[in-house]
Amino acid sequence: MLHAPVTQADHIRGDRNAPITLVEYGDYQCPHCAAAQPNVIMLLRQYSREVRLVFRHFPLTEIHPQAETAAESAEYAGSHGLFWEMHDGIYANQDRLSLPVLFALASALGLPEAGLRRSLATREYAAKVRADFLGGVRSGVNGTPTFFINGRRHDGTYMLDDLAQAVEQQLAVGAEP
Amino acid sequence: MAPVLEAGTRAPNFRLRVTPDQTLALEDLAGRPVIIAFYPADWSPVCGDQMTLYNEILPEFHRFGAELLGISVDSAWCHRAFAHHRHLHFPLLADFEPKGDVARSYGAYRFSEGVCERALFVVDADGVIAWSYCSPIAVNPGADGILEALERISAEETEGAEGKDRDHAARARHAG
Repeated sequence: MLHAPVTQADHIRGDRNAPITLVEYGDYQCPHCAAAQPNVIMLLRQYSREVRLVFRHFPLTEIHPQAETAAESAEYAGSHGLFWEMHDGIYANQDRLSLPVLFALASALGLPEAGLRRSLATREYAAKVRADFLGGVRSGVNGTPTFFINGRRHDGTYMLDDLAQAVEQQLAVGAEP
Repeated sequence: MAPVLEAGTRAPNFRLRVTPDQTLALEDLAGRPVIIAFYPADWSPVCGDQMTLYNEILPEFHRFGAELLGISVDSAWCHRAFAHHRHLHFPLLADFEPKGDVARSYGAYRFSEGVCERALFVVDADGVIAWSYCSPIAVNPGADGILEALERISAEETEGAEGKDRDHAARARHAG
């Protein structure tokens, strides 16, 4: 079960008042997370009134050396209201992820390199990323991506059909008196 | 699925190869909690596999003074290559010869496939199993159960120590 409730500090995509919350714990350098990304977007489109997405960081830094920096960069963009734009940019460029690419992505969003460079140098968002990670650990995250649907871990795959089926199940439960 | 050893049972001691030329025994770690993670095999094909996950969580385990041991039937040479590839910072033990002997003593051997179960044990500082869990083989159990067990052990130790202090203080007053 999800230990860390969704709060103001979370990044939310979709209808904020949607009855179903899909929490994703992901790593920007994880190929499975990149593969899941279009499915999640399709799901949000298909269930635009029913589902909202919360993304939390779960960087596996020992095997993905760029994951932590990418997560902190996304948080920096988030502090300027551009979290999802950066998030999408990072996944779209996962196969060539590097510091210059992160700076270029930020610049393309109108965020000057100097600001991001300073934020990364001071580890401005390291504590937030770590808090996401630890909250995930306590919730039973067992790899990336791990999804929670209304607080319950989704042990199925990240294929669209599987995610949609889980959402349908949750909708059916919610509809019960 | 054979039942794994339960909480309250003394953890069977073992000595296994940890590198091609070194061995490690459970009793070498007496005095601190030990997490024993039996797992089916090195080289599972996903990036968020169980050992990689625990590697990232290692600082949390260390906060409780706990040591983590991974055990599978893979050989020490295989473990070395796997640990190197995944940058693992904790020992992997080879339950290789006689194959699965230690896993059997914990009820964590899967005879049908000849590999360890995906079974977790948290052993307290006195060598007694404080918590155990056997996960379906395909499901990575995560680390929440381990951390909860370590928290319980740590709370009990604090209470125990306070109790001893109280007894000691009472005796001192009595003597005075």
